[in-house]
Amino acid sequence: MCLGIPGKILDIYQSNGLRMGKVDFGGVVREACLEYVPEAQVGDYTIIHVGFAISLLSEQEALESLALLREIGNFEEELGA
Amino acid sequence: MKFISEYRDARLVLQTLSEIRRTVTQPWVLMEICGGQTHAIMRHGLNQLLPEEIELVHGPGCPVCVTSLELIDKALAIASQPKVIFTSYGDMLRVPGSDRDLFSVRADGGDIRVVYSPLDAVKIAQQNPDQEVIFFAIGFETTAPANVMSVLQAKSLGLKNYSLLVSHVCVPPAMHAILSSPFNRVQGFLAAGHVCAVMGYWEYPPISQKYKVPIAITGFEPLDIAQGILATVRQLEEGRAVVENAYPRAVTFAGNQPAQAVIQQVLMPCDRKWRGIGTIPHSGWCLRPEFSDFDAENRFPVRQIQPQESPVCVAGQILQGLKKPFDCPAFATICTPQNPLGATMVSSEGACAAYYRYSSESVRN
Repeated sequence: MCLGIPGKILDIYQSNGLRMGKVDFGGVVREACLEYVPEAQVGDYTIIHVGFAISLLSEQEALESLALLREIGNFEEELGA
Repeated sequence: MKFISEYRDARLVLQTLSEIRRTVTQPWVLMEICGGQTHAIMRHGLNQLLPEEIELVHGPGCPVCVTSLELIDKALAIASQPKVIFTSYGDMLRVPGSDRDLFSVRADGGDIRVVYSPLDAVKIAQQNPDQEVIFFAIGFETTAPANVMSVLQAKSLGLKNYSLLVSHVCVPPAMHAILSSPFNRVQGFLAAGHVCAVMGYWEYPPISQKYKVPIAITGFEPLDIAQGILATVRQLEEGRAVVENAYPRAVTFAGNQPAQAVIQQVLMPCDRKWRGIGTIPHSGWCLRPEFSDFDAENRFPVRQIQPQESPVCVAGQILQGLKKPFDCPAFATICTPQNPLGATMVSSEGACAAYYRYSSESVRN
């Protein structure tokens, strides 16, 4: 139920009084409601849950945490683990 | 796909797992809150790759599983009425009520429709002004923003034929209930990443401090889960208990404030009965009085329901981390996804369904 899927915003428009958008999930494009991410712009990545964007994804945070995990790996290799 | 494939990188996952192995010196019991995480753990075989010191127990974060039997029976009663279109997320249709499920009501002629989003239910209400359209609003904090927006949209469109059967539940009260139980075994939590994407994690430090349990906000990909486990195990080994954000690309401390504001506007806290667990005070949300016109329970008074739970099913204990699916005599014998006795065998997030789908015989024995 709390399944949220990351997707890229392709287009933003108003429909039935709500801020909506087209979101690309790796090739599959669906409509989603963007009311809860007022700062979202075309090209941003967002988590979509039951047709609603609930969070914008931070590329900077993503890169930093991946770098930290890769460091563990490098350290392991140095140890010969 | 960006923001997915990096988190399924087998090498990085294995490296993180070996760091967990190097860190752990004694047995620890961790609970992943969310059923989506349970499925990811089983699907990617993480439970078999973890060091044996670490036991994962599966939490109550499966809204389909914890929606009370009374509400399922109420849904069945409402959906059976004439001039009604009953809409729901697909998972709910096979959840056993006392004597049948929504699928069997549909087979008997009930107009029951699966929707992807509650906004689709609002559209159905617009297109069918002579019929009552009810949406089964189940879910945790993650689903609440969508469900409440459908109410606001129906209101602004002037729809008089749209209502919600509300069964909202919240994570922090369930964590309190689990941790204060005399039978509790949980020593650390992987908190549900998408609940926190909406709510932030400002509600969690008091829990972590009160019960001295580490809590890691955790995502849903294998690397996210490995990272959440590593963060929790490090704290346990060092004797610390704080809240750590292991899913920072999607979650901030404050969470999604526009969504929280709309939830506040439409919903208010209430006591909520959890299937198999019982009533937990202030553990749910219901509609505020000013939105009572949109409350299906007001619109469709249903006579007193006497729910009948299966006497064999141990779903309630599984949802509290006290038992595993393999402890149940009915598991994979008389209880299967085709013929479920309890909701945990139905849902795409239920622990029993995850074990049934992904566990091999060798793991069962």
